[in-house]
Amino acid sequence: MNPESEVHMPSESSETDREIIQCRDVHKWFGSFHVLRGVNLTLCKGEVVVICGPSGSGKSTFIRTINRLEEHQKGTIVVDGIELTHDLRNIHAVQREIGMVFQQFNLFPHLKVIDNVTLAPIWVRRWPKDRALKIAEELLKRVGIPEQAQKYPGQLSGGQQQRLAIARALAMQPKIMLFDEPTSALDPEMIKEVLDVMVELARSGITMIVVTHEMGFAKQVADRIYFFDDGSIVEHNTPEEFFRNPREERTKKFLSQILTH
Amino acid sequence: MSDQAEVKKPPRVEVGVLGWLKKNLFSPWYNTLLTVVSVGFVVFFGRVILLWAFHSARWEVVTTNLKVFMIGRYPAAEAWRVLVSLGVVALLAGLTWAFRKAKDSPVRRWLVLAWIVSFPVIGILLRGFGEDNPFLPKVSAEVWSGLLLTLVLAIVGIVASFPLGVLLALGRRSRLPVVKVLCTIYIEAIRGVPLISVLFMSQLMLPLFLPPQIRLATVMRALTGITLFSAAYTAENIRGGLAAVPIGQYEAAQAVGLNKALMMILVILPQALRNVIPAIVGQFISLFKDTTLVVIVGLLELLGIAKAVTGQRQFIGLHQEVYFFVALLFFICCYLMSHASRRLEKALGVGER
Repeated sequence: MNPESEVHMPSESSETDREIIQCRDVHKWFGSFHVLRGVNLTLCKGEVVVICGPSGSGKSTFIRTINRLEEHQKGTIVVDGIELTHDLRNIHAVQREIGMVFQQFNLFPHLKVIDNVTLAPIWVRRWPKDRALKIAEELLKRVGIPEQAQKYPGQLSGGQQQRLAIARALAMQPKIMLFDEPTSALDPEMIKEVLDVMVELARSGITMIVVTHEMGFAKQVADRIYFFDDGSIVEHNTPEEFFRNPREERTKKFLSQILTH
Repeated sequence: MSDQAEVKKPPRVEVGVLGWLKKNLFSPWYNTLLTVVSVGFVVFFGRVILLWAFHSARWEVVTTNLKVFMIGRYPAAEAWRVLVSLGVVALLAGLTWAFRKAKDSPVRRWLVLAWIVSFPVIGILLRGFGEDNPFLPKVSAEVWSGLLLTLVLAIVGIVASFPLGVLLALGRRSRLPVVKVLCTIYIEAIRGVPLISVLFMSQLMLPLFLPPQIRLATVMRALTGITLFSAAYTAENIRGGLAAVPIGQYEAAQAVGLNKALMMILVILPQALRNVIPAIVGQFISLFKDTTLVVIVGLLELLGIAKAVTGQRQFIGLHQEVYFFVALLFFICCYLMSHASRRLEKALGVGER
């Protein structure tokens, strides 16, 4: 864990050069539905934050604006010094630096496990095939499925598929990883194997934003927890404070709902 | 492990020929009835057909005219060119089949190249150069006929309309309004018109669009018509396949940093095309059979030649034999296509979601 992150405040100007994601007053509408209502969030390199909140609160939509799977209509998002505008070059540059893991895995079913991992490095990073293969094999070992390389994604268990999805995202050597409810589609006995990989990843120093309801994971590795409701951030705090002294009524209610069973 | 309940065997299945017969043909009683009636039909019609085929049919109309059916009016002295072309295709097909498993072998890359090169080479071989070229004198495309013409029309039509169809399908789903509208208009216009009128139009209209020095042979104009026609239907099939690829695949492709073109080529199209193999092959089979329509612009493909053969004086009245033979040829070609499609589906079906 990053020792400084405990005392870090997102708005301190002396740390601007360490800031890797800056979101200011981000708004988005789906038709007339106001999904994001002025989200402000700043993240420093190496930080791990967890976003939680009731379903429909806009948390997934928010992290998808960071790699431009959703377009924001107002406000600014700057990732690693590049502002997300309509410029396709900026969008691709940002997308290359961000890895994403989806709730539904979204693996490429027509490609073998190993080819799922090497596809982007070969075609986007233009690495020679040997190098991409070597790194892919290391990643498969890191997520614990080295022996599955020649199978197709459909032949793996849910937990293995999600770990493959993590390896695929890591293959581009991204600076930031986004996780959109990575364990919500998994059977209970497979959640731990995915969380273990994510914990190891969080401790490796990569910047991570994780949308999840796994509060154990949040307590274990998050530097901060953000609570989302109605399209904006209600409060954020370190995990200890967040669980011990939630300030807002809505946070208390949410916590009581998810922690009582 | 404890010694829990012993493993139970599944209930015994009735085996042997008698068991199979009883299970599938004679129980319950209405299946017995159906079996008897069907066997009656098969015996009756089978007897009639066999009697005709081996007793009263005069097959010499087919055997004498075999060459005519195959290459029609293509000069007999130059027939070796057709045989060489066939040989090249057979060789390539054999090699492709032999190396179908060796995915990473460099031979496969060479094979793709060889297939691409084989098209113009065969075209030149069949057509030749100038009138008085000593090796390959010109055989005007106007005399190509018979099964040769059918195959040229169908194969070139299929090979050319497929990429065009892919582009049209992508165009129709494009976010650029101009591209989208143009592709939609094209597809709907072609689909709203019968192939016969497209063939007529390509005969009459194509010369208007080309500079006057270029005179396209009738075959070329017919080919253009068939290709443009087939492309519109292929496009609609592929569009269906594209719509069936889940949105998550687009998102995942973008998230790993692929741009639009790479996303389509590497992620979306392979899945979309695999989904529509049966539909596309079905459409190619119907294109193959639709080549018979070129008779109306004066080309003698297999069916046209058949008609000409039955008009010969010494073979008058032998329609049954000739049309039976032609039908058999069509069936063989179409069945091969549909068989290949099933093999392809199976081969690509690995790792099914």
